[in-house]
Amino acid sequence: MTGTIDREKLVTEILAERPDDLLVVTGLGSSTYDVASIEDNPRNFYLWGAMGQALPVAIGLAAAQPEKRVLVITGDGEMLMGLGALSAAGNAPTRNLAVLVLDNGHYSETGGQPTHTSGSTDIAGVAAECGFAVTRTITEHDAISHAKSELLDREGPVMVVAKVALKTYGSIVEPQTRIGHYTAARFRMAVTGRGEAALDR
Amino acid sequence: MTDSTIDWRMEIYDCLREHDIEQVCHVPDAGHAAVIRACEADNSMTVIGLTSEQDGVGVLTGAWLGGQRGVLLMQSSGVGNTINALAMPNACRIPFVTLVSMRGEWGEFVPWQIPMGQATPDVFEAMGVTVYRADRADEVADTVKAALRLAFDGNQQVAVLLSQRLIGTKDFRAAKRTL
Repeated sequence: MTGTIDREKLVTEILAERPDDLLVVTGLGSSTYDVASIEDNPRNFYLWGAMGQALPVAIGLAAAQPEKRVLVITGDGEMLMGLGALSAAGNAPTRNLAVLVLDNGHYSETGGQPTHTSGSTDIAGVAAECGFAVTRTITEHDAISHAKSELLDREGPVMVVAKVALKTYGSIVEPQTRIGHYTAARFRMAVTGRGEAALDR
Repeated sequence: MTDSTIDWRMEIYDCLREHDIEQVCHVPDAGHAAVIRACEADNSMTVIGLTSEQDGVGVLTGAWLGGQRGVLLMQSSGVGNTINALAMPNACRIPFVTLVSMRGEWGEFVPWQIPMGQATPDVFEAMGVTVYRADRADEVADTVKAALRLAFDGNQQVAVLLSQRLIGTKDFRAAKRTL
């Protein structure tokens, strides 16, 4: 099902007054575009491939940085490709992990084919059954503020599925966000103060 | 020195400790069982169970981004699951180490295991992963150490194949007799 929440407003509000200890991992496609175009922060790691891997990256990151908050922002298609990782997340040390799914019910990158969230699949329900501590689906702008507090503050893993409207993208993304060795080294330096492993470990 | 005098499984665990490995993720295999148990008993390591091997590529990427080192333990039948995800450490120049217990090569008796086992080195190499191999117990430790150095000091992706001859070929007929 496609919703009515404006995804740009949603992501802007979630990342407003962003705390320094918030680390963001974005999934391939529109979620990467949303976050990169709203604010290209060194503490963002953008996936431009490896579909289904946003949550696994966040699991390893959350385990490595237990004092920081790790937030995945991804789409329904990307999340559906990695449903098994919800099971891994429910059984890993992920109390500092939260996931925001921008669920427009479609593969908007590939021609707008419906995903299975337009059919029978309830991602928040899957997460709940996988042991997520907090799960919620929101359909209205009025619910964003409370969802934000859960994503940033509640003991996790937290899953918020936001039913967002379909949107068409232009050429809005900073090109350097595609360069993985740049964003990865920048992220690691920002989070740990360490660059290349060989030089400073 | 005969193979039976070398506890190569514990040597793998010792290598992981010496190289500051703090995350061990796995889809289990009997060939890794002893190492998984040793890592689970070690408070300096976080052991993460996966439902599919591809997720190990993401977990190790996240570990490195967060300042830790990890390894992925899997069997060769799972290597195919990792293919597209391997684009990530490649594009991001992120260290990746996997230890792979081999099936489908030395006296394999299940035809279904053979295609992926035989294709494992080619699949890794096609995705830019350097392949090391240990056939004998006395070469396991050096091979694993070299892989860890290449990966973490050289920002490379490396797989160590632990051969089926080393691990011991499953014999279902023998196993059945013990049931």
